[in-house]
Amino acid sequence: MSHMSNFDFATSFNNTSFPNPIFTASGCAGSGKELSQFFPLNEIGAIVTKSIMVKARSGRPTPRMAETPSGMLNSIGLQGPGIDQFLAEDIPFLIKAGSRIIVSIAGESVDDYGSLARRLRGVPGLSAVEVNISCPNVESRGQVFACDPIASRAVVEVVRRTLGGELPIIVKLSPDVTDIVAIAGEVISAGADGLALINTLLGMVIDIDLMRPKLGGKTGGLSGPAIRPIAVRAIYQVHQAFPKVPILGMGGVTNGRDALELVLAGASGVSIGTATFGNPSALMSVKEELKSLLIARGFSSFKDAVGHAHRSENE
Amino acid sequence: MNINRRAQQRSVEIVSNKKIGAYHHMVFAVGDMALHALPGNFVAISVGGPGSSMVLRRAFAIYRTHDRGNYGGTLELVVAPHGQGSRWLTALPMHATVDMVGPLGTNFGIPTEPVNALLVGGGYGSAPLFGLAELLKENGCRVDMVLGASSAGKIYAPLEGKRAVNSMTVTTDDGSAGTKGQVISVLPGLIERYNIEIIYSCGPMPMLAAVQEVAQKFGIIHQCAVEEAMACGIGVCMTCVIPLRDANGEIRMSRSCIDGPVMDGANVIWNSKGEIPKGTVGEPHV
Ligand SMILES: Cc1cc2nc3c(=O)[nH]c(=O)nc-3n(C[C@H](O)[C@H](O)[C@H](O)COP(=O)(O)OP(=O)(O)OC[C@H]3O[C@@H](n4cnc5c(N)ncnc54)[C@H](O)[C@@H]3O)c2cc1C
Ligand SMILES: Cc1cc2nc3c(=O)[nH]c(=O)nc-3n(C[C@H](O)[C@H](O)[C@H](O)COP(=O)(O)O)c2cc1C
Ligand code: FES
Repeated sequence: MSHMSNFDFATSFNNTSFPNPIFTASGCAGSGKELSQFFPLNEIGAIVTKSIMVKARSGRPTPRMAETPSGMLNSIGLQGPGIDQFLAEDIPFLIKAGSRIIVSIAGESVDDYGSLARRLRGVPGLSAVEVNISCPNVESRGQVFACDPIASRAVVEVVRRTLGGELPIIVKLSPDVTDIVAIAGEVISAGADGLALINTLLGMVIDIDLMRPKLGGKTGGLSGPAIRPIAVRAIYQVHQAFPKVPILGMGGVTNGRDALELVLAGASGVSIGTATFGNPSALMSVKEELKSLLIARGFSSFKDAVGHAHRSENE
Repeated sequence: MNINRRAQQRSVEIVSNKKIGAYHHMVFAVGDMALHALPGNFVAISVGGPGSSMVLRRAFAIYRTHDRGNYGGTLELVVAPHGQGSRWLTALPMHATVDMVGPLGTNFGIPTEPVNALLVGGGYGSAPLFGLAELLKENGCRVDMVLGASSAGKIYAPLEGKRAVNSMTVTTDDGSAGTKGQVISVLPGLIERYNIEIIYSCGPMPMLAAVQEVAQKFGIIHQCAVEEAMACGIGVCMTCVIPLRDANGEIRMSRSCIDGPVMDGANVIWNSKGEIPKGTVGEPHV
């Protein structure tokens, strides 16, 4: 523990650096205000905001959640105020709180993503943009962008073109695909600077008393510790194929050892989602635990641990 | 709205856990969390212990608090063993500790003038009403109470609670205690007899919806504490939403853990489970 003070916890996504690699997960931190009751927001790498759309959205009907073994299903349906209100209210609060900000955007069409990127141009105080492509594409009979290489590419290209080199673009992939490495390759060649892995997996719970799907939206996204091995696998595979592309890892992280697993697989940052629901100060404890675990393993810098599980046998 | 500014997270010790009828009356040593709780507020408790497969918090209405005693500040709950999480909680021994976040949510509003108040509770929904009754009495109000449940064992009405109100009416579906039937059937009579000016309610959603109908018919203000499934209790997950009319008359899917649980019954769009009411801000356009 004597090296504690010399330990370099910083991470970076392209040219943007963050003092530590612990981030919120999109949609799991409200507007940031709520969590600021439990810890100072500038203590973490950045707040990843809930995916924002062009217009206000009511989201899906209730019930919107079901607890499952070591996880939960949610069908929020991207409820939110729309980009204008978001930029007018949420961003100024986060800037005032001294928080670094990664804005997550979501659209129903390629044009939507273009409009959102345009609205983000020149907005001060942003560190990166996360592009959530796990949304139904209304122009393709509701097929999820992230499951369609051509649509994924089109989204990333329009965001890249609109933003120029202004902000790093992190594209968030869905694990509900046959070959996540292929999709990753597609969005990287379309201009993604980094990848966020993984979004929730589609699931369903049936209420055996009502004998109907339990969620108002019928299906929901599975998150929490139940999906962690899938996240670790996806990060490992993608890092192996594209070792230079930074990955923001997420999926079931509740403590430092979970976070370390994702880092060893290849994550340059770790987002914490569902764990915050069970423990509002989870981000703080994961951060401290991860730091101690890395120091205990002899690392002097966080970056040295990224992808360490990929080293060759004789290293 | 924002999260209750007094909310804190702490590890709290169980200093009493007694089975009373169908429920467990549980007392926790919570330090100064007790100072900040108001009737209607709730707490969110982590269940199952470290490494549990239950990843979400459980919400419970605060029954009452005491600033100081043998254990310092205490906070009491009335817990129904329902599923896995609440069964785990009620099975805990004395001196076990749990992780609690509270006080959370909105509280019942107290009128500035003494008025005639009717408090309506369903099942364990009576719990937060006793603290409310005390506060109303201190403010010179007349307080009448109606409690309903499926059977006698599910009526939670401790003796000191009964003494704190001017009258207590009990209804049970099976007639095992009080009047046979549901609370709604006795409301009109009580409203007229005691010249009721405000109704406070807490219980299952269908009961709250029915109370609102009666309140509306009589033109009475109705504050209710709603109960939606919650994953976090602190406003970050958006699972606990209810369609609510805001000050500008716009309907929004509002978080019941932050804009509630206590809401003005007239502002809630009732019976909307499974749908987004027409006219809600951002409603689906298909
Ligand atoms: C504001 C509020 C106040 C409450 N006050 C009390 C109280 O004073 N006493 C009491 O016994 N119960 C109260 N409840 C209900 C209590 O939260 C549930 O009974 C409990 O969460 C069930 O958990 P479980 O693990 O036993 O059941 P499970 O059915 O296994 O729970 C699974 C999941 O569903 C959620 N859930 C299930 N039922 C409910 C419900 N009725 N309301 C909210 N979430 C639910 C749980 O939080 C959990 O995430 C209150 C609920 C709310 C929202
Ligand atoms: C309630 C809830 C809401 C979410 N909302 C979003 C969202 O708006 N955008 C997004 O990209 N991912 C969203 N996610 C997915 C998370 O950001 C994360 O990828 C996933 O939950 C896995 O991490 P976890 O197991 O730590 O929660 C949401 C997840 C949950 C549980
Ligand atoms: S319970 Fe999570 S927002 Fe209300």
